[in-house]
Amino acid sequence: MAEKNNPLVLTNARVIDPALGLDEAGSVLVQDGKIVAVGAAANNQGAPEGAVKMDCGGAIVAPGLIDMGVTVGEPGAEHRETLESASQAAAAGGVTTMITSPDCDPIIDDPALVDFILRRARHTAIVNVHPMAALTKALEGREMSELGLLKEAGAVAFTNATIPVSNSQVFARILTYARDFDALVVHQAKDKDLAGSGVMNSGLRATWLGLGGVPREAEFIAIERDMRLVAMTKGKYHARLISCPQSARAIQIAKNDGLNVTAGISINHLTLNENDIANYRTFHKMSPPLRTEDDRLEMVKALADGTIDIIMSDHNPQDVETKRHPFAESEDGALGLETMLGAGMRLVHSGDVPLMKLLAAMTCNPADRLGLEAGRLSKGAPADLIVFDPERPWIVEKEKIRSRSKNTPFEDETLQGRVLTTLVAGRILYNIAA
Amino acid sequence: MTTHTAHRSTSFPHRHLLGIEGLQPPEILHLLDLADEAVEVSRQVEKQKAVLRGRTQINLFFEASTRTQASFEIAGKRLGADVMNMSVATSSVKKGETLIDTAATLHAMRPDLLVVRHQSAGAVQLLARKVGCSVVNAGDGQHEHPTQALLDALTIRRHKGDIGGLTVAICGDIRHSRVARSNIILLNALGARVRVVAPSTLLPSGIHNMGVEVFTDMRKGLEGCDIVMMLRLQRERMSGAFVPSVREYFKYHGLDKEKLSFAKPDALVMHPGPMNRGVEIAAEVADGPQSLIKEQVEMGVAIRMAVLEALATHLPTK
Repeated sequence: MAEKNNPLVLTNARVIDPALGLDEAGSVLVQDGKIVAVGAAANNQGAPEGAVKMDCGGAIVAPGLIDMGVTVGEPGAEHRETLESASQAAAAGGVTTMITSPDCDPIIDDPALVDFILRRARHTAIVNVHPMAALTKALEGREMSELGLLKEAGAVAFTNATIPVSNSQVFARILTYARDFDALVVHQAKDKDLAGSGVMNSGLRATWLGLGGVPREAEFIAIERDMRLVAMTKGKYHARLISCPQSARAIQIAKNDGLNVTAGISINHLTLNENDIANYRTFHKMSPPLRTEDDRLEMVKALADGTIDIIMSDHNPQDVETKRHPFAESEDGALGLETMLGAGMRLVHSGDVPLMKLLAAMTCNPADRLGLEAGRLSKGAPADLIVFDPERPWIVEKEKIRSRSKNTPFEDETLQGRVLTTLVAGRILYNIAA
Repeated sequence: MTTHTAHRSTSFPHRHLLGIEGLQPPEILHLLDLADEAVEVSRQVEKQKAVLRGRTQINLFFEASTRTQASFEIAGKRLGADVMNMSVATSSVKKGETLIDTAATLHAMRPDLLVVRHQSAGAVQLLARKVGCSVVNAGDGQHEHPTQALLDALTIRRHKGDIGGLTVAICGDIRHSRVARSNIILLNALGARVRVVAPSTLLPSGIHNMGVEVFTDMRKGLEGCDIVMMLRLQRERMSGAFVPSVREYFKYHGLDKEKLSFAKPDALVMHPGPMNRGVEIAAEVADGPQSLIKEQVEMGVAIRMAVLEALATHLPTK
């Protein structure tokens, strides 16, 4: 293992950096936790004295992934996941930066709690952690939280997690106020009344299963409202997770109009559909719900054409206490940190999304949106790197999952593309051979 | 005395004072000149003039106010008027009487001067059309508060000599403030450069076209200012509706020594009162050497004497 101060050279690699548009055979040179040189010419001067060499065997070296959607059980539900266990899962999945959701217990709506997360992460997590703070006090959607003080404390963005801010006046004022601090508002658009008590996508499947449906309109009417409010307030907005093509179209129109808008999606909504629920599999219960195969294909297109900017795992650990229930009564959410890249490679292998595009949505795009230095291989950037083999198949085995919870929707499935090594600030934190 | 009065009647040609809007700069300066004289009268042992002897002044306050009402009462009494206060708590308005009926009732009592504060914008103008006497707007909703802007101008002029060319920053809840609207009009009329400084949620729509420079960063907004005017933030607006909390508001928009240091070294600090120390202004600044806040109260009486005196020239003499 390389010590922090020993230079490290990753040789015999296919170096990919979506931020630079780089994809070539070469090396990556790392020193003092930073990237020093990258690409075919990186090793021209020879390795520095005392450098540790690591032969990548032709595997891809890319920036470590930035996951904008990580729910952790700490504080409040440490039996499901801690910052430590989540970070172990992250490292195994190639995620070097976790952006955490504020819906813990207590809710992260006070600067002291942001500080708590950062301190706990520093002491226990092996990857970078940047918390998002609550957009409204107690996530109640009524009063804006202290965006200025929270941002100074270290919150990278503001979100009401999966709970929409239904009151348009409140939301407009928050977008307006956030502008003064250049704060990013991450919102899960949802018309709560229209969604009602639905638990899966509204349609034939739901009807045959006898489950309440959530219509697409519950999402895209809310997205359309949000776009109007962003136009009115000139705020900075990120749609946390969109799941249907009508939402993507509204985002695309807003972008064409020059609004400061981006959109995200979960890996689940890109790779799974409502049929995966099969016989009431609660690990496939999520919010917004998995949609039809036609919807999924449209969302993949929206990713490929740049309408969707960011892919997140939407990692949400749940245990038997919350998942071993009748479908309608179980909690939403699925694991994702360890499987995001492998599942995402399905879109590359199927020819729907170029590898560069997929990686951009998991590296430089979230970094740019959040104002992070990471997510790129430029000189001086933190040496958060992954070495991965895009062809290597593996089976998602429940026993090997590093998360404290085991609710993966890919259980026993084969994924093609696996992370071999993960480095954070130049230190090897995960190695598949180890 | 008669010629003097005749001269003044040409200087202030209005029967009412309903707002700063519509006043010409010489008319404003005339009121300030009169107020300078009133300051002298007020500082004498014998504080009374006879300008309003035998006249009846009614202070009609639909919205609670201690300071402004007292100020108008003292002003009227120093000019010799019989002053009567009517506040909403003791009036028939609570019993459901309409504004127009109240006006008709008051009209029948034959007052000469009516000083009115009302929570609705435009209410004072409406009332002025329905009564025969002179009406002074003591604040109507979020529209205007002309005597506040005039007393601010008087205070500034007595310290800086001339208002033209000064840079004045009005800071805080611009959106809901009638004081801000009246001051923006008046200061622009007298040639000052006006800035507004507030979080975006407390700026009204259209502010960029109101003849002001707009700032959301207080330090930038105060840079090089001669005058810093603070506005009061109402309690109900501090806890999440417009700003998230008192501590966040104070940190970014409260006037403390550090932020004040961005203004000119001889910058003066004003506040229409009542103040929330620790919300929009730190105690060290409110009570510090650059503060004119107490003096503003004295100037308030003087300017109200000036306004009543100017309007008295239009009262029928037979």
